[in-house]
Amino acid sequence: MLRFIAKRLASAILVMFTISVLVFLIFFATPGVNPASRIAGRTASPAVLRQVSKEFGLNRPLPIRYGLMMYHLFIKQDLTSYVNIGDRIIPQITAAAPITLSLIFGAVVIWLLVGISGGVIAAKNKGKFVDPLVMFFGIAAISIPVYWLGEMVSLVTQGGLHNSIFAWVPNGGYVSLTQNPWQWALHLFFPWLTLASLYAGIYARVLRGELINNMNEDYIRTARAKGLSERRILYRHALRCSLISIVSLFGLDVGVLVGGAALLTEVVFGLQGVGWLTYQGLQNLDLPLIMGCVMYGAFFVVLASAAVDVIYAYIDPRIRVVA
Amino acid sequence: MIALGVLLFMVVVTLLAPLYAHDIAHDNPFASNLQGRIKIGNHYRSVMQANTQGLGLGVTPIGPTWDFSKYFLGADELGRDVFARMLYGGRVTLLIGFSSGLICIVVATVLGMLAGYFGRATDWIISRLLDIVWAFPIYLLAISLSVILVTSGLDLGIIHIGAGSLLLPILIIASVYVPYVARPVRGIVFSLKEREFIQAAIASGASDWHILRKEILPNVAPSVIVFFPLMVALNILTESALSILGIGVQPPQASWGTIINDGLQLLYTRPWVAIGPGVCIVITCVALNILGDGVRDAFDPRAKLRGSI
Repeated sequence: MLRFIAKRLASAILVMFTISVLVFLIFFATPGVNPASRIAGRTASPAVLRQVSKEFGLNRPLPIRYGLMMYHLFIKQDLTSYVNIGDRIIPQITAAAPITLSLIFGAVVIWLLVGISGGVIAAKNKGKFVDPLVMFFGIAAISIPVYWLGEMVSLVTQGGLHNSIFAWVPNGGYVSLTQNPWQWALHLFFPWLTLASLYAGIYARVLRGELINNMNEDYIRTARAKGLSERRILYRHALRCSLISIVSLFGLDVGVLVGGAALLTEVVFGLQGVGWLTYQGLQNLDLPLIMGCVMYGAFFVVLASAAVDVIYAYIDPRIRVVA
Repeated sequence: MIALGVLLFMVVVTLLAPLYAHDIAHDNPFASNLQGRIKIGNHYRSVMQANTQGLGLGVTPIGPTWDFSKYFLGADELGRDVFARMLYGGRVTLLIGFSSGLICIVVATVLGMLAGYFGRATDWIISRLLDIVWAFPIYLLAISLSVILVTSGLDLGIIHIGAGSLLLPILIIASVYVPYVARPVRGIVFSLKEREFIQAAIASGASDWHILRKEILPNVAPSVIVFFPLMVALNILTESALSILGIGVQPPQASWGTIINDGLQLLYTRPWVAIGPGVCIVITCVALNILGDGVRDAFDPRAKLRGSI
């Protein structure tokens, strides 16, 4: 197990390195405009451009420039915005991170709960009314744009009905967990639901398929022959085996979630997390801010999926042997 | 079948928009119309109506008239007909969806076939390239590429693509999804290579080009075709997400994504600006996904491509 963890960590570090090189090349070495004016904005004065050139070593060879950028991003952490002059980027990201993490955490809990129970219910009632319903949600989940769903949810909860049935919904914003746990959950409730509903549909659909496949396996027949109850067979044998594929999907989806869906959900609901910060950067073309967000976001994704893989290997010993 | 019908309907309705759009919007859906007046029933109303609430400052665009001939879904903040824009936006969205799907699948098939067939160094290089793109969270990669290219365009010696060109989102979306198709193709080619009929072709002295084209491609094609509808749905969602962030389709062009974005500011006063194009996206993607599932079941029950977002 330790060897597996070490191996997985080494590959995660390699991936982070290649991602950082790729981001560096995209931002600093794509043909076109002078990188200095790209970073400092089109209207920057020659003095500012000179300062940028010096700070990022723009007249030095590529590897040195790469090293300098990493130094400013991760070690000295003094990358500054040129749109809001003097704003340091890394502290902004670390301040925004708890909001993004809260959003993801709650959404993950809801989507796993709903997805797994939905899948089990659909598999149990195969061919009955619930079954096509789960299939329908599975299709809907991969067809609805998350930000649009978010807009519709805020339209319903913040629009005309806000004065009657949805009066308990806060007017957006965020309250930190340490400040008031109840308000924290209340403020994040609809963003959580929006984000979770999409994935819950996919997971229910996948789990249903896996469960139905597993129920036809020989070991289930053996369990039946032993005289185990149907309940025990489903929960202790079939479900356990089917959850393995859910865990492996989960590793992939956490990545998609942070980079995509969570970002858009934050923008729609006005939650000022890392995604919202990226959005602000995009609106103002604040390249250092975007670069910082992309880099920290991508690193988080890589580490999170490495962590999921370790959990995966813990659950399923076969993975350890193969890898 | 219903799914195919719905999809064809969306394609035809948007493609033919220039033929009948002048009956819907009397003006160009891309030009602002802040002073215009339209006749509803017996009286005239301005497209931009003065606010009556609060301080009475500013204007609000007209709401849905539910009359196809003028402002069916109302106007946006520049007084443009949302319904007409939606039809034209659909052309752009579908164009991006289909063409980037096509580019992605062609490039991915070629890469996957080369890597799987030649193995060794070719495979190593192509696989590492794919690994890098694969490891990068899709949206973050698309955002990084878009923000650079959409601001300054792409300049590759003889080829120059302007900053506002539709080619940029098409190429960006196509390239971020390449590994998702190329990897399975590579796997299929690897296992095909061991099969007797390929071994026989090699033994009989057929050229690599001949084997790739005549023996391997026909066996890879069904697995690739099943990806296509799902790929297009995924591309449409990606395009609209990028447009929402302001780095997809650039004005004056419109897509369903950019119209939803326009609607975000008007969400509580004129919700139809955002609802309309969103419903179009959902209908199109549901049709594509159902179609994709059907095609998959028909061609290759084992293939799997999962959608995201």
